Amino acid sequence: MRRFSKVLSMVMVLAMVLSLCACGASSGGSTGGSAGGTITVGVVNNPPSESGYREANVKDMEAVFSKENGYELKAFYSLKNDEQLQAAQGFITEGVDYLLISAAETTGWDEVLQSAKEAGIKVYLFDRMIDVDESLYEAAVVSDMAKEGETAVNWLLDQKLSEYNVIHIQGAMGSDAQIGRTGALDAQFAAGTMNKVVQQTATWDEAEAKKIVESVINSGEKFNVIYAENDGMAKGAVAALDEAGITHGVDGDVVVMGFDCNKWALRELLAGSWNYDGQCSPFQAQIISDLIKSGKAPSSKVIINEEKGFDAKTLTQGDIDTYGLGE
Amino acid sequence: MKSDSRKFLKGGLGQLAIPIIAVALLVIFNLIRDPGFFSITITHNNYGNAVLAGNLISIINGASELAILAIGMTLVTAATKGQDISVGAAAAIAGSVFVKVLKSGSTINGGTVLLAFLCSCLVAMLFGAFNGSLVAFFKIQPMIATLILYTCGRSIAYWINGGATPTVTSQILSSIGSFAPGIPIPMPVIIVIVVTILFKLLFHFTSLELLTQSVGINQDAAKLNGINTTFIKLLSFILLGACVSVAGCIGVCRLGLINHETLLLDVEMDAILAVAIGGNSLGGGKFKISGSIIGAYVIQMLTITLYAMKVSSTDVKAYKAIVIVLLVVIGSPVVKEKFRKLLQKRNSQKKEASAA
Repeated sequence: MRRFSKVLSMVMVLAMVLSLCACGASSGGSTGGSAGGTITVGVVNNPPSESGYREANVKDMEAVFSKENGYELKAFYSLKNDEQLQAAQGFITEGVDYLLISAAETTGWDEVLQSAKEAGIKVYLFDRMIDVDESLYEAAVVSDMAKEGETAVNWLLDQKLSEYNVIHIQGAMGSDAQIGRTGALDAQFAAGTMNKVVQQTATWDEAEAKKIVESVINSGEKFNVIYAENDGMAKGAVAALDEAGITHGVDGDVVVMGFDCNKWALRELLAGSWNYDGQCSPFQAQIISDLIKSGKAPSSKVIINEEKGFDAKTLTQGDIDTYGLGE
Repeated sequence: MKSDSRKFLKGGLGQLAIPIIAVALLVIFNLIRDPGFFSITITHNNYGNAVLAGNLISIINGASELAILAIGMTLVTAATKGQDISVGAAAAIAGSVFVKVLKSGSTINGGTVLLAFLCSCLVAMLFGAFNGSLVAFFKIQPMIATLILYTCGRSIAYWINGGATPTVTSQILSSIGSFAPGIPIPMPVIIVIVVTILFKLLFHFTSLELLTQSVGINQDAAKLNGINTTFIKLLSFILLGACVSVAGCIGVCRLGLINHETLLLDVEMDAILAVAIGGNSLGGGKFKISGSIIGAYVIQMLTITLYAMKVSSTDVKAYKAIVIVLLVVIGSPVVKEKFRKLLQKRNSQKKEASAA
């Protein structure tokens, strides 16, 4: 047994050494700098499997920083900050022209960004901010989560309902999206313009959202708005309404609001079965590309990506094709 | 009367005493809190069908996946003295396969749904066999063996479909996940009944129940008596795989989408709890699937009760934990033994008093 574990450990060490060599070889073989007029962009991002948002984000990056547009894209995906740091350091050693980062964590990036600066590599942050000195990056293209919630709540106020009895289904507590989407509605509850029937977190779980709405229906309390912090939970809520025979959507008794703008959710809007879908835009690549091509330093360090919100009454198929996430 | 109470603790109902008491307590608590809590009404859903509605229906309907998983988990627990913690992740895989097959066809009809279910069942049983072979052949602790699939299962589910939340819409699927036309009872409840009957038939026509119990009680003795213990253990995991697939497919049908991250999230712990609340020993051996099913309904009733009381869902888990700790402690052998002795003492005292 002991001998076996010795052999095993040696095999593992060998495997690690080999994989290191392999990494070295591949990075050595790459073209350093902007040879041949193409701009080399290193992207450090979270993996597309993280969410529909990230999937769209990654696809957008691949589409904008394509060969046709004069870019060479090198991408690395991880949910772990230390792996991201290593990858960023690797891109710097390889000599990319630009480094684009959506960090897993906000801390620990000082050293890497410092060495990027020394190597003359320009850094853009997208989607997520990092806790470092402003001078270490060109610009950060981010979403203002609070604004996203405000856009949605303002839309709701514009509906001029005679009263607002809201079922508020929250995402995983403490996540950026939850905080942003909850904030604006909480302000309305506090101001008394809207009445909170129930406020529960379903931690992004569709089935849980259905149970929450079911329990309100069973209790016999009145409500006329469902504000779900993502599309899946809105779908769960609507399933509960359908079972109870409560009409929803355009001309229905209950206003249904979701977030994320998945294509399937926008199709629900188009069919008039939901009312509103808000989006935290995953499309930052074009803004960054424009900045790179303009060659000028951006006027502001923080560029707020415009947020969208769609109304079932004005939504078109074109919007779904352009802004919808997933399939 | 005396012998009845003793029988209640020791004999046939003994194992079911705890779950039944738990149900009774929850029912009484809810009736005091809100006499109309269990009232059932008939409404028309948005597809024009007359359906039953009310908290009781929500409880029985919502616990369906858990009840089905608890059946399989009971078998695994009894045969291997351990639990499968990968059922949630495996259900995500099964659900993803179900959606994948449905989406690969041009239209969704009864045939394709059946085909998709069979494919998902096959895949889930294969993963069950993987878990089972780790436990049965390599003699790895079940929790450790299934930790592998628990960790990677949801990633595998993602690979199958790619997108974050692929959707499938069809009248047939919503009939399975919610109400079928003309039947006022939720379809998942009917599926639970069918699965339970199938398992009862399996136990009736084969000696699987006896064999599983003997493997769980004393593996060596079972082996000496010519029982293929490896096969029995493997089989328990494969049967759990079938249950996982049914649960996963119900989950998909309920909403018409698969979210590989949230489908039946954390259900493994609830399934193990259902087995424990059902009075089954987590150390294997004798078992009653009826206990586990009641256990599943206890858990769901607890959740719905807390929601009805508007307990914040962040706190729900904590309150659930308190109740479950009480149930498990009351059901533990130590407390049961103390209770039995207490009764015995009182009985003998009474006898002495009457003799004197």
